[in-house]
Amino acid sequence: MNVLNFAHAFFSDSAQWHGYDGIPTRLAEHVGYSLEALLFAALIGLPIGLVTGHYGRGGNALALIATAGRALPSFGLLVLMFIWIGFGLLPVMIPLVVLAVPPILVTTYEAIRSVDPSPVDAARGMGMAEARVLFQVEVPVALPLILSGLRTAAIQIVSTATIAAYVSLGGLGRYIIDGLYQRNYEKVVGGATLVAALALATLVVFWAVSRITVSPGVRRSG
Amino acid sequence: MNGFFDLPSDLQHSWLGLVGLHVREGLLPVLAALLVALPVAQLCVRFRWVYPPVLGVTTVLYSIPSLAFFVVLIDYFGQSETTVMIPLAVYSLVVLVPGIVDGVRSVPQETLAAAQAMGFGPVRRYLQVQLPIAVPAIIAGLRVAVVSSLSLVSVGMLIGNQGALGNMLNDATTYDRPALAVNSVLTTAVLGILADGLLVLVRRLLTPWMPRKGATR
Repeated sequence: MNVLNFAHAFFSDSAQWHGYDGIPTRLAEHVGYSLEALLFAALIGLPIGLVTGHYGRGGNALALIATAGRALPSFGLLVLMFIWIGFGLLPVMIPLVVLAVPPILVTTYEAIRSVDPSPVDAARGMGMAEARVLFQVEVPVALPLILSGLRTAAIQIVSTATIAAYVSLGGLGRYIIDGLYQRNYEKVVGGATLVAALALATLVVFWAVSRITVSPGVRRSG
Repeated sequence: MNGFFDLPSDLQHSWLGLVGLHVREGLLPVLAALLVALPVAQLCVRFRWVYPPVLGVTTVLYSIPSLAFFVVLIDYFGQSETTVMIPLAVYSLVVLVPGIVDGVRSVPQETLAAAQAMGFGPVRRYLQVQLPIAVPAIIAGLRVAVVSSLSLVSVGMLIGNQGALGNMLNDATTYDRPALAVNSVLTTAVLGILADGLLVLVRRLLTPWMPRKGATR
């Protein structure tokens, strides 16, 4: 298994651990890009998913948007935006957000739709306004599913943010791209290992968030 | 000669030729993944303890960036189509297995008991009862796998121009012809949407008993 040897060589080299191309720097850049992309995608996907799910309209339109978003190739979009916009963070953010919106949007819609209608009717019967019904009844019940959509999006963003390095930005993709051009497989394997580890750390974070935010009653039934 | 579909000669293909190449590189891995996923999913249904570790391994594999996956495989398969197709097959597998497991598990116990009472053997029961009922779940997984796979082929451009339609991206920057990048992105997206529509059609043909409603996923 020379992959393991490559990884070992990469991580045991002390030069990897400091400086502008050191692991801490690149890791921080990667987390920064990912968080920013996830934030934008959530700002777009969550409200639309919540409202359409609440009123139960537009499911087909959402499915179309989601398919279109999934079908747009992230890498191609990145190169195209780089040609059009030039150097900067925007050409990287656009493909990442396009990638992350479909899972957030569709899962949020499905989550709100799948809430048991009887407590919702009861809430309306008690005279709750629509917004209160949505945020105090539907969202708490649908939260586990909504979080799973965000989690899927986050994992895809972390893995795909690698391509930022292709348009000369930073992030963990630097090791992979530089390693490719320098024929330095230690770097590539090291970079890939770091990205995979970051993705798994993301899973753990989401697990922790759901433990804290999902109400115990919902957890028991789901 | 600067039309939208006139490609630089270094791509060594006409536009249609690239489309054919792209479809082959994108769909063969999904097909291979489906052939592996069906028995693996069956194992997970039969032996419950197999499923959590399988899920764990697939989650880790899914988080490996495609580019890194390609580069590591160059060592073994060179800068070839095989190198591009193996990761795509792995990603497809990750999407397909959970979907198929849920689909096969969703078959009601009474239905299975009825099949058994009618004298169906395990193989016949699987082929004629469990699989047809799981079709919607399988197709839902295939839709995601096919579309992502077609979109990821483009990254193969970085591996010695093995990216089919993605190879146009390189030329777009080299020859300063943005239209090539537009062409690449749009053609790939249209291919994905067409493949998705085709799968919906297949599901309707295979499950005539399902209500004719719009797509849910």
